[in-house]
Amino acid sequence: MSLDILTYLFIGGSFAIYIGIAIWARAGSTKEFYVAGGGVPPIANGMATAADWMSAASFISLAGIVSFIGRDGSAYLMGWTGGYVLLAMLLAPYLRKFGKFTVPDFVGDRYYSSTARTIAVVCTILISFTYVAGQMRGVGIVFSRYLHVDINTGVIIGMAIVFFYAVLGGMKGITYTQVAQYCVLILAFMVPAIFLSMQVTGHMLPQTGMGATLENGKSVLTTLNELSVELGFNKYTDGSKTTIDLFFMTAALMCGTAGLPHVIVRFFTVPRVKDARLSAGWALIFIAILYTTVPAVAGFGRVNLIQTLNGKDNAGVEYTQMPSWFKNWENAGLIGWTDLNGDGKVQYAAGNAFAGGKPAFGEGTGVNGERVTTNPANGEFNAAKQPFASEVYVDRDIMVLANPEIAQLPDWVIALVAAGAVAAALSTAAGLLLVISTSISHDLMKKTLKPDITDKQELMYARMAAVVAICVAGYFGINPPGFVAQVVALAFGLAASSVFPVIIMGIFSKRMNTQGAVSGMLVGIASTMAYIVYFKFMGGTKDQLFMGISPEGFGTVGMILNFVVAYVVSSMTPPPPAEIQHIVEDIRIPRGAGAAHAH
Amino acid sequence: MSSNSENAQAYWKENLRIIMTYMVIWFVVSYGCGILFVDQLDQIQFFGFPLGFWFAQQGSIYVFLGLIWAYVFSMNKLDEKYDVHE
Repeated sequence: MSLDILTYLFIGGSFAIYIGIAIWARAGSTKEFYVAGGGVPPIANGMATAADWMSAASFISLAGIVSFIGRDGSAYLMGWTGGYVLLAMLLAPYLRKFGKFTVPDFVGDRYYSSTARTIAVVCTILISFTYVAGQMRGVGIVFSRYLHVDINTGVIIGMAIVFFYAVLGGMKGITYTQVAQYCVLILAFMVPAIFLSMQVTGHMLPQTGMGATLENGKSVLTTLNELSVELGFNKYTDGSKTTIDLFFMTAALMCGTAGLPHVIVRFFTVPRVKDARLSAGWALIFIAILYTTVPAVAGFGRVNLIQTLNGKDNAGVEYTQMPSWFKNWENAGLIGWTDLNGDGKVQYAAGNAFAGGKPAFGEGTGVNGERVTTNPANGEFNAAKQPFASEVYVDRDIMVLANPEIAQLPDWVIALVAAGAVAAALSTAAGLLLVISTSISHDLMKKTLKPDITDKQELMYARMAAVVAICVAGYFGINPPGFVAQVVALAFGLAASSVFPVIIMGIFSKRMNTQGAVSGMLVGIASTMAYIVYFKFMGGTKDQLFMGISPEGFGTVGMILNFVVAYVVSSMTPPPPAEIQHIVEDIRIPRGAGAAHAH
Repeated sequence: MSSNSENAQAYWKENLRIIMTYMVIWFVVSYGCGILFVDQLDQIQFFGFPLGFWFAQQGSIYVFLGLIWAYVFSMNKLDEKYDVHE
């Protein structure tokens, strides 16, 4: 069977499963729509949380990022897993005991303030939209590459599928499709990883394979370090970020993870407080399977990539000898080659092959049959450090998708990876869309604008909001704002500097009042937004960075500011009313969560 | 009523103590071994990995897992001890 037919089969088959589950798990009430009726078993919730959490970024991009930046990638690996420790100990059990539907619900009730609720709604919607645009784009990339459809058609197909189960089933439909999607995505990630590990090291487990000794008598990492240095890169196991920057980045990603509304809301779906802790444990098991494999895939992938592009002698290979995946990705615009020294060979080394980094493609083909590019670099390089100037651009995002092809794995593995990438993107998109629609129908309509609507009307608003949200997300998928990567920093920064601290203080401090929470949130958001916008969009330069902290890490500073301002302001204003203090005492005790009220 | 709230306060205190203990481990392993002292630890080889690098990309994740599960079990015990379980 050809690769195309296999890919259609795998993606089509997985879609049939998702739709079947959606029909089976239709939601009849707002409680089912918002929190799946509150009756999801912890292990299923753990799996759904893992699928919800592991987005196109985790599946497609993370291994690529680690592969290209080596040790600096640790910030993502630790940040995106360590946040679950915070969730399990500091947030999930208490929010479950509180027993409402959304994060703004908690903020609004705990701080007895519609201002606080509105700020939380705005943050939730902002965070979720920035995040969802990237997911739709991921679906589009996979479709266009593997099914040879236009990237826009791919986005529309993805929208239709999510529409079906998110609008019909709400949280209930999403939860059980996410369980299925987790199985697809983890299989799709692990199978090629195990193949790769066997091929490169003879180890079944990629986690131990990465420490194995290769046939040249050196370990994988030593080989990688030597190859990297030879080509003018930093050692793979050395970072280029400063310690303080890495520290703040990791902290921002961790606290951001714990503050992401679509992750938090998953813990509202289990029956009891102890189930909330338990599902955090299950979730991290399911996540760790992928996250501990990522560094291995990154390492093996990098060795394979360098050896394929530069040949065993590390001197370059003729363009005409390049395998078919090279040309496929070149056609997709994610690989570009320009023959700077005119020897007809592809040569990969440190430095940019194209002015500004990415290739701009012109019409037609060059002498060797390559796509013509219009912005080749000047070809200068430091001859003391590397043997030649780099002539290739390889997009980080293709590492996972191209890995099976680079390693010449069978066609069904490649088809499986395509289905896995789609599953990862769709599951996260659905979770985010649900949060957006809930924020609008529940927090905005029911709690703020029209408190007298019935359950049925609220459900209708929720479905309508989901439709609108899907269309907006699809629009951004088709017309990406060109800064998807940058806005992800914004999503985590916002979550870390606003949602996370305000919830923590709401649980662990009885003294925290409206004035403190609102001023803390505003300072946290304003400082983080200003910093990220200045450095990402207004051309702030490196030497202007505050203590050398990159925009991705500034959420930590915003968070600290939030805590400090909230503490100072609250200690100068009156304490919260007695009934609020009772609520806080009540959420600290597990008993009674089962009887939690819906409204 | 008052014995009830004393019980609740004692429960909360002990919960905070458990959280603090685990958070210290959480911090030392991820930020300590994986970031602050990574270069010193990298001098040691560990199953083919420099140790600091291993902590940053593998070990810390295993420790996170252990911590959450340890917390789950500690809290289940604590809930029963203070009779606040469901």
